[in-house]
Amino acid sequence: MVATALAEAVMHPAAGAALDIEQVSHAFDIDGTELPVLSDVSISVEPGEFVALLGPSGCGKSTLLRLVAGLDKPKAGRLREDEARIRNPHPSRVVVFQDPTLFPWRSVWDNVALGLEAQGILKSQRHRVDAALDLVGLSSFRNAYPHQLSGGMAQRVALARALVNDPKILILDEPLGKLDSLTRITMQAELVSLWQRKGFTTLLVTHDAEEALVLANRVIVFSERPARVKADIRVDRPYPRHRGDPYLADLRRQILGLLGLDATW
Amino acid sequence: MSTYSLSDGLASGAPRSSRAPLLATWIRDSGAGVLASIAWIAFGLSCLWWADVGDWSRTHSLGIAAFVIAAIALFGTVGADYLGAAGQALHKRAPWLVALGAFLTVWEVATAKFAWLPLPFFPPPQAIIDVYTDDLPKLLDSVFASIKLQLGGYLIGVAIGFLTGVSIGWSRAVGYWVHPVLRFIGPLPATAWLPIAFFTFPSSWSASTFLIALATGFPVTVLTWSGVASVSNAYYDVARTLGAKPSFLVLKVAIPAALPHVFVGLFMGLGSSFAVLVVAEMIGVKAGLGWYLQWAQGWAAYANMYAALIVMSLLCSGAITLLFSIRDRLLVWQKGTVKW
Ligand SMILES: Nc1ncnc2c1ncn2[C@@H]1O[C@H](COP(=O)(O)OP(=O)(O)OP(=O)(O)O)[C@@H](O)[C@H]1O
Ligand SMILES: [Mg+2]
Repeated sequence: MVATALAEAVMHPAAGAALDIEQVSHAFDIDGTELPVLSDVSISVEPGEFVALLGPSGCGKSTLLRLVAGLDKPKAGRLREDEARIRNPHPSRVVVFQDPTLFPWRSVWDNVALGLEAQGILKSQRHRVDAALDLVGLSSFRNAYPHQLSGGMAQRVALARALVNDPKILILDEPLGKLDSLTRITMQAELVSLWQRKGFTTLLVTHDAEEALVLANRVIVFSERPARVKADIRVDRPYPRHRGDPYLADLRRQILGLLGLDATW
Repeated sequence: MSTYSLSDGLASGAPRSSRAPLLATWIRDSGAGVLASIAWIAFGLSCLWWADVGDWSRTHSLGIAAFVIAAIALFGTVGADYLGAAGQALHKRAPWLVALGAFLTVWEVATAKFAWLPLPFFPPPQAIIDVYTDDLPKLLDSVFASIKLQLGGYLIGVAIGFLTGVSIGWSRAVGYWVHPVLRFIGPLPATAWLPIAFFTFPSSWSASTFLIALATGFPVTVLTWSGVASVSNAYYDVARTLGAKPSFLVLKVAIPAALPHVFVGLFMGLGSSFAVLVVAEMIGVKAGLGWYLQWAQGWAAYANMYAALIVMSLLCSGAITLLFSIRDRLLVWQKGTVKW
């Protein structure tokens, strides 16, 4: 027991990384006109923090995640992971995209193995793929092809594909959006316990204020496009959190108010 | 008591009402097989009944063979229950056996017996059998020559086309240079190069290989290219965030994603390369089935031409079938996503 714990500690030393988003602005060109999407966004995330990003649809959340992942470069501002500038994608920052985008020509197992294979360490680390599949409860579907999965199962495979890499920063773009409410609650609990065990920094985009409050240390609310940080709310509650917690209910009302829903709620 | 009377009533009515279904099942299960047997008996009789109008040595053997086939069809049908998979296979093909037997009968009567069709141009079945037995060595040589030429040219064309397609799809710089060339030269039928190729290449064999490779290469290039170019960026994003290097992106993302397109190119290339093969053999190479056809025409040996045509079509459809089975094996994952 001790030996395996030690081995794990040696294998994955510093679990979470700090993330600094410094005065980042971004814009897209649509038919020659400039569409500003992010406007002077600054967020500083501590190692191991769980940050939820909330905002109206189309405000620029996914865009910000792409910048953090290193898939795109911001028009202005800087992003750093542990003081190092983010210029390119790196497996220490793994993204679970809004669409599962599994590779249809690969079986479930091979999809999950993708990261290890790309980094050339699959041969010695095959057990990690099995473990990740176990974690999302899809071991019996290891040989299935993506088209044989339900939407929720595909999303879970995408989650396993990210987790197998032991990221320092896990970037989640509404990964639970397609799950039924029951699986969703289970996966939320899984996510929290996983995050507590491994200690990676988490960035979660969600539409669901309740989900944000049950999961995150910190909830950041964005404005309409171009996204600005509208509020940065600390959620100081121990885990596991209770959905009916009056403190969370209060925060939820506050957040929905920020999103412009106060009249109905 | 009431159940008894009910079943009694049914039982008494049963023979009358079940005779028709019994006959219907018998016809459904065995009708085609028996008909096939009759058709082949008719063919055998048509061979033996009248005298041939020409001089063919294998009319008698052909008639006997037809009777043998008829017997096999009959016993295979009657004993289908004991034959397992073979019986099943026969049952499935029985309608075709009927059609074939009928066609051969008509053919036999119309040519060898009454010469309703003008004779040298429409040889009877036994004349073609004569070719397969008497001219076998030459025919086999031709088959091997054709396969060798076709296989070499096709494989070279596929390799070059695939590599070119992937390069254009992947690299803007390569695309810049190769794309216009492809536009300019690609649509030209490969046979248009024929005269030049036979001049410039050291041997007619290398010239033909070049032409076949050219005919194959163009569709393979274009479809591989379009396949690679149409791969969704989302796949690359996923792979890149998981630490993929460019080589991984090409080999493990672009190529597998493009493979369905590539196969369309492979099929098209196969089709157009057959055409070039035959023309090249007729004009330049002194071997192969195309040359055999040409030679047979020179001697007005029409039976040989039909014989060669039949072999040729078997080879071509065999090649297509082989390619299909390779595709089915490589693209199993597609089976559920598209209409197969
Ligand atoms: N590649 C692109 N080219 C041009 N415009 C883009 C591109 N990607 C996103 N946009 C635009 O940027 C804006 C923000 O998009 P983004 O995907 O970040 O929204 P989002 O906050 O994730 O929305 P949602 O919650 O609905 O997913 C949108 O208005 C979209 O039209
Ligand atoms: Mg989004």
